[in-house]
Amino acid sequence: MPSITREEVAHLARLARIELSDDELDHLAPQLDQIITLVGQVSQVAADDIPPTSHALPLTNVMRADENVPCLTPEQALSGAPAAEEQRFRVPRILEED
Amino acid sequence: MSDLTRKTAAELAELMTSGQASSVEITQAHLDRIAAVDGDVHAFLHVDTEGALAQAKAVDGKRAAGEQLSPLAGVPLALKDVLTQEGVPTTAGSKILEGWKPPYDSTVVKRLKAAGIVILGKTNMDEFAMGSSTENSAYGTTHNPWDLNRIPGGSGGGSSAAISAYEAPLAIGTDTGGSIRQPGAFTGTVGVKPTYGGTSRYGLIALASSLDTPGPCARTTLDAALLHEAIAGYDPMDSTSINQPVPAVVEAARNGDVAGLRIGVVKELGGEGYQPGVEARFHEAVELLTKLGAEVVEVSCPHFEYALPAYYLILPSEASSNLAKFDAMRYGLRVGDDGTNSAETVTSLSREAGFGAEVKRRIILGTHALSSGYYDAYYGQAQKVRTLIARDFAKAYEQVDVLVSPATPTTAFAIGDRIDDPIAMYKNDLCTIPSNLAGNAAASFPCGLADEDGLPVGFHVMAPVMRDDLLYTVGAALESALAEQWGGVLMTKAPELEVTR
Amino acid sequence: MTAAVLEIDDALATYDPVMGLEVHVELNTKSKMFCGCPTEFGAPPNTQTCPVCLGLPGALPVVNAKAVESAIKIGLALNCEIAEWCRFARKNYFYPDMPKNFQTSQYDEPIAFNGWTEVVVDGETYRIEIERAHMEEDTGKSTHVGGATGRIHGASHSLVDYNRAGIPLIEIVTKTIEVPPAKAAAVARAYVSMLRDLLFALGVSDVRMDQGSLRCDANVSLKPHGSTVLGTRTETKNVNSFRSVERAVTYEITRQAAVLSSGGKILQETRHWHEDTGITTSGREKSDADDYRYFPEPDLVPVAPSREWVEELRATLPEAPSVRRARLQEDWGFTDLEMRDVINGNALEPIVATIELGVTPAAAKKWWLGELARSANESGHDLDALGVGPAEVAEVQKLVDDGTLNDKIARQVFEGLLAGEGTPAEIIEKRGLALVSDDSALLEAIDRAIAANPDVVEKVNSGKPAAAGALIGAVMKDMRGQADAAKVRQLLNEKLGI
Repeated sequence: MPSITREEVAHLARLARIELSDDELDHLAPQLDQIITLVGQVSQVAADDIPPTSHALPLTNVMRADENVPCLTPEQALSGAPAAEEQRFRVPRILEED
Repeated sequence: MSDLTRKTAAELAELMTSGQASSVEITQAHLDRIAAVDGDVHAFLHVDTEGALAQAKAVDGKRAAGEQLSPLAGVPLALKDVLTQEGVPTTAGSKILEGWKPPYDSTVVKRLKAAGIVILGKTNMDEFAMGSSTENSAYGTTHNPWDLNRIPGGSGGGSSAAISAYEAPLAIGTDTGGSIRQPGAFTGTVGVKPTYGGTSRYGLIALASSLDTPGPCARTTLDAALLHEAIAGYDPMDSTSINQPVPAVVEAARNGDVAGLRIGVVKELGGEGYQPGVEARFHEAVELLTKLGAEVVEVSCPHFEYALPAYYLILPSEASSNLAKFDAMRYGLRVGDDGTNSAETVTSLSREAGFGAEVKRRIILGTHALSSGYYDAYYGQAQKVRTLIARDFAKAYEQVDVLVSPATPTTAFAIGDRIDDPIAMYKNDLCTIPSNLAGNAAASFPCGLADEDGLPVGFHVMAPVMRDDLLYTVGAALESALAEQWGGVLMTKAPELEVTR
Repeated sequence: MTAAVLEIDDALATYDPVMGLEVHVELNTKSKMFCGCPTEFGAPPNTQTCPVCLGLPGALPVVNAKAVESAIKIGLALNCEIAEWCRFARKNYFYPDMPKNFQTSQYDEPIAFNGWTEVVVDGETYRIEIERAHMEEDTGKSTHVGGATGRIHGASHSLVDYNRAGIPLIEIVTKTIEVPPAKAAAVARAYVSMLRDLLFALGVSDVRMDQGSLRCDANVSLKPHGSTVLGTRTETKNVNSFRSVERAVTYEITRQAAVLSSGGKILQETRHWHEDTGITTSGREKSDADDYRYFPEPDLVPVAPSREWVEELRATLPEAPSVRRARLQEDWGFTDLEMRDVINGNALEPIVATIELGVTPAAAKKWWLGELARSANESGHDLDALGVGPAEVAEVQKLVDDGTLNDKIARQVFEGLLAGEGTPAEIIEKRGLALVSDDSALLEAIDRAIAANPDVVEKVNSGKPAAAGALIGAVMKDMRGQADAAKVRQLLNEKLGI
């Protein structure tokens, strides 16, 4: 039994907002199955009492003072925008309210 | 004057200090070299001729005015296209960012500019640094100057190829699982991954936030150290930046004394799957270090075998989230905005069109690994494996000062060889990944050519967190001993590239 | 489309509401949660952004220390435990107003947790358990173009302003609120109102519901009396005034009751409250698309507030609201009933502020619970969003005290203020409202009153001085109320020789 099905890959692609073609799905699903089998090895490591590590040095409380620094100009902010209008980013219609 | 492009960064700095060459001359020489060979090598995605010459001119002006300049002022450099430079196209090797000009400088670029280092342009890379060959670049593969039919390594193949092709004496790379060290090994150059947090990630387009580390690429150990010193150090813009003095890397590179240094050979990084020519050069280098007075022992790091699976959970997980920002709303490629499609659809179409196969593979893998029901078994467990690997390192460092291994199991492979076999591709990084997971410093130094294919082999050194200086101690010792044997650094053995005018 | 609803009494006859509230508070820090951009409300679009809050490739967050301090203060004021060690987490979902397509928030390690607070409704005190208070960042703001005004449905496209993106938010989540069913909606309102006062007293937020710096989401489900099985809940968003909190909760109870009574099923979904129509409409159905894939934010390091810091902050907390209320009641000499009206009318803070400007407690109460409360009620605004504040009230009362106005005319001045006609002085001028203190004008009016009411004069002269009241009334009418009645009485008495 594969560790991940084509349907699951299609679902993940929707979650990740990638409009995969059928061909891609056909190609990707077996590859991901292989990769997941490989990475699944981590579960063989007995590590129940082991704390997780997220960074090399255990830093804490890295904070900055509540001070203002210069912003980008609106022109800079919008410089990469695919479309802009009224000094705002113009985006296609949004289907659902957040 | 002999060819300026053959000089090391330290030599070029000396020529400028003594007034024998200007930065403009040096920069122009490298721009000419790029024009002559980059058609074949394809190390650069963008060459900033005007910007580089303007920077060079400014440095020359300051020098003429008697201003105090930093050691590398006026020396040209190639910048991996994953770091932002204000007003200069930055793509991270992806179609989705084609044409994007960042409105800000990364911290590394700020420091390069402050040091007067001249940025020649942006170098090719695997898309979003996902890959080990540059074949995943949306803008074509970079070719290995030692053999143009071979890959130069990746993801920073462009940076390493640029220095190996004498298009620049220095380059910046970024290393998430070996992306500085593996291309260094494949191109016969020096590649250093500083301690995680030792160099700032601000302005580095994130692949895996907890692993990414910018670092220097050069043809010599000293050059790498000089560049390391110029870019390293605490940055308040990066919360994971380490607020400690930069290790004395330049001093270490100048001394290169390994007498009494305890070196551990990692038992698990060798044997099956390793090319004989790679192992042969590696062991000779170890013997050479023994002769120079180092104490060599074998050490075991039993959890390193789980590094690869843990890495391929952590990286895709973080990447799937980091790359979510590429949604066609604020910058980058937008596809399908025909007035009827919704934002949701336009995002999905744009990501489909803008991302390459490997990026999609990893985003989907990461999305899976973070999904509810899988998190504990995958991401959570991988972070625990990270602890075990860090403990393996800590235990080893009780015994020895540095660990060593081959940098890669094989030499550079042929273009196209592994492109559709992700697992074979991933295994390239077996030796380099543990140091990313544990965050310690590591580097690859050239140690000869493999007998089978005559291609460069990298000697991998792993030093404890914030002991980056030890890398340079070993690298410098090895380099001078080998140079004595060879009559120069390994790069002098590289074949001449055909020059087109 | 209006859904069928039951009467609230009928709904509660069959079902018990189960309610939880999530309140988002925008902090009033100078800079954003993770970058140095300003947080001013109402700035021109996209003028308060940088690579970090725009989510540009390569940018990295750094935590605002003041925001953490405010979060701890809020936690302490809500009697929470403060985490010794906690982290930020990424909440992954796509939305165009969210620059990174993940929200940097906290997940299973909030900075404050396990707290409680109290609210007073109709003289009864109710305890509300606090699940957690955690730190996160706000999103940008979308304007929908091309459809019905401002609505997302039918819009052709949207315009996004990221000024708000990255402003620090504290999300305060209650546990299930267990109160008598009939009180649920009122308790919800009182809770949000109490939070507003508390946060204001802490000085951590502007707490302006009308500007979105205090926002409430209400989770409501129903279960039949005696049942232990929880019903499907809805999350009503966009509830932007105290009054709406109560109305929205009541509406959801009556709507869900109607659905359930007719054999229907409640969908697990977000619903949107519409202030104008007083109903909620279906938003987004919860689905597996809500797999937020939380994981610890790798760009940030843990926050581990030292116990010393926490104690330092605890020492700076203002007195607890219940203690403060008791003290103020005593100082002001209000009865329990009067004080309850003040609290229920959300008038505590305005009255405090008005008294601080030199107005007597009785006068402050009179205006805030009288004229202004009535107007708020009629317009559906909260008391603090009327455009008339403590400063204006104090100014008007001063004019009453010095005899320029009487209460009746003062009311007209408030009318003008509420209509935005200018300052009190301008309104008096424009509307010609000041009391007539000119004796000759008053004497002329008195003469006219005497001439017009010979029978009344007759009565007074025949030894019934109380009858003079009718003459005073006539004079006041003649003066259209713009005379000081005491002065009129004095002049009239002189004239009539009594």
